[in-house]
Amino acid sequence: MPEARVIQLRPDDESHVPPAAEPSWDEQVVGGVEFLRRRLTGEYATDEFGFDPDLTDHVLLPLLRPLFRRWFRVETHGIENVPTSGGALVVANHSGTVPVDALMTTVALHDDHPAQRRFRLLGADLVFDLPVVGEFARKFGATLACSEDAERLLCGDELVGVFPEGFKGIGKPFRDRYTLQRFGRGGFVTAALRTGKPIVPCAIVGAEEIYPMVGNARTVARLLGLPYFPITPTFPALGPLGLVPLPSKWLIAFGEPIETASYGPAAAEDPMLVFNLTDQVRETIQQSIYQLLLQRSSVFS
Amino acid sequence: MPPAVVLVTGVSRWLGGALAAELARDPAVERVIGVDTVPPSADLLRSLGRTEFVRADIRNPLIGKVISTAAVDTVVHMNISSTPAGSGGRGPMKELNVIGTMQLLAACQSAPSVRRLVLKSTSAVYGASPRDPAVFTETMQARRVPSGGFAKDSLDIEGYVRSFSRRRPDVGVAVLRFTNFIGPRIDSVLTGFLRMPVVPTALGYDARVQLLHEADALGVLTRATTGDFAGTVNAGGTGTLLLSQVIRRLGRLQLPVPSPALGSLGRFTRRFGFVDYSPEQMRFLNFGRVVDTTRLRTEFGYTPRYTTEAALADYAQTVSPVVPSDLIGELAAGAEELVSRAGSVAATVGATVHGRLRPAPAAPGLRAVRDA
Repeated sequence: MPEARVIQLRPDDESHVPPAAEPSWDEQVVGGVEFLRRRLTGEYATDEFGFDPDLTDHVLLPLLRPLFRRWFRVETHGIENVPTSGGALVVANHSGTVPVDALMTTVALHDDHPAQRRFRLLGADLVFDLPVVGEFARKFGATLACSEDAERLLCGDELVGVFPEGFKGIGKPFRDRYTLQRFGRGGFVTAALRTGKPIVPCAIVGAEEIYPMVGNARTVARLLGLPYFPITPTFPALGPLGLVPLPSKWLIAFGEPIETASYGPAAAEDPMLVFNLTDQVRETIQQSIYQLLLQRSSVFS
Repeated sequence: MPPAVVLVTGVSRWLGGALAAELARDPAVERVIGVDTVPPSADLLRSLGRTEFVRADIRNPLIGKVISTAAVDTVVHMNISSTPAGSGGRGPMKELNVIGTMQLLAACQSAPSVRRLVLKSTSAVYGASPRDPAVFTETMQARRVPSGGFAKDSLDIEGYVRSFSRRRPDVGVAVLRFTNFIGPRIDSVLTGFLRMPVVPTALGYDARVQLLHEADALGVLTRATTGDFAGTVNAGGTGTLLLSQVIRRLGRLQLPVPSPALGSLGRFTRRFGFVDYSPEQMRFLNFGRVVDTTRLRTEFGYTPRYTTEAALADYAQTVSPVVPSDLIGELAAGAEELVSRAGSVAATVGATVHGRLRPAPAAPGLRAVRDA
């Protein structure tokens, strides 16, 4: 029997585009050398927030990708709800003792979104006060969570990420893991209203189990100037081994955008509206978390 | 209306001298009077043209006589020292900056001829801390008020200038908040810092740096002196660079030092007269500072000719790199060629082996024809 061969048919007027081949090893090495040359001579661009796209694309994202694909096996839902262009404010729940959820959402939006959107995170001032952490946070595209920076980024048509729960969220005890904490003072809604950009609610399930925080050493935290010092079943008992996150199964779902432009910028001065919108976003995310939990058959699968 | 008689303080330094020379070339300006405590260098003196030099200390009431007898109508205050090394220690520096400004403003207030005051201030008044927004506009204030040094002096000076403008509302006051200067000729804190072959920086921090080329600094000052802008404006080039990037582009070596040790290293180097690291300078090296220059372009009406990158490139021509970028380029090109040669050899070998084992399928020959 002659071997069957699949011949792709294409219309006459469409030029044949060969599928992009995986770069061969020598092309990859040449790319690496070229990257090193750029880094050593400083010939790359950074923006006013300290974002370094060259470093993010070639070092930071590739480092996070195995964690995203293999370790947490992140599934992204509703990516079509994130606009392909223009500014938007992604509001998500925060958990997991260490803000790994922010990093994974960045990878999700870059790799799974057709427009490969850059996610500009807003972080607490403590992040930028810490050496090394602060430096890489800025190079990764993060900036301080304040209304000035948020509005500047939104006006620059960036996709801005905010975790209104803050330290109350990532430092929540394990028993409260799926319960949203108070949503700050609604500053994110004000920023969205002032700039007229949509709010995209985002629910992340899976981050809760990576470092189950069963206790909080308050004295140590106060000595180190940290908001909490986590005690998990493996940390600090197993030392550095306790730093390995548990391989929970992650689901990230983006909900339908909440439009804010129709309220007008003056609405940012209306506290009632701001509170209502904050509650609406919070409720949407909480419902979405419960739905994702039903979808997920078990914590590790 | 262009100014008739301009008084420039701090004329013996490069920027002050350049401004006086620029104004002296302008025929619309009747007289240019330069004031400083030290006489200008011979080179500078030649370029000053018809500028009249008065050797006076602005801390001395004599300055009032100069203003009233010459009927000065525009005062450009640039005699603000940014480093203790240049003025003989922190004590004299503070005295020159703060007491000098108070004396000068007192003289201006009692001189009815004065109708314009230009202050060369600095964006250091915004401070530098992890709680800062990424970009400062003119309406923002320091989140953490600078505790000492040049930034504190500048804050005090701006405060005195504000109260002066309340007392003399008829005087147009322009406050120019400059970012760090750079350029082949200017002598600023940053140019001295970057001339060191090994540049110590704070470990684990990378400051965002916004630069202004000396030619643009001069342009902004000239426009502020001859124009009629009143208010506060940030002056800086477009774009930013990270400090590590600046060091790499200049071919310097970066030496990250833990922040606490950097302070003592600074005191050590200051003793030998290299560069001084005051605590607020250190905070700048940790966090950096970027200002919004929309007002400079729109209301003030000046667009810097050099971006931060271009200004640095112009400065780079005057410093010989420790690590030449050509060398890195050559090395990289060599390595790339070697790898691609090895790659092509491997590909041929691979193709031959692969081709024998599994012949490639023939190119698709069939074509679909669209429905008529």
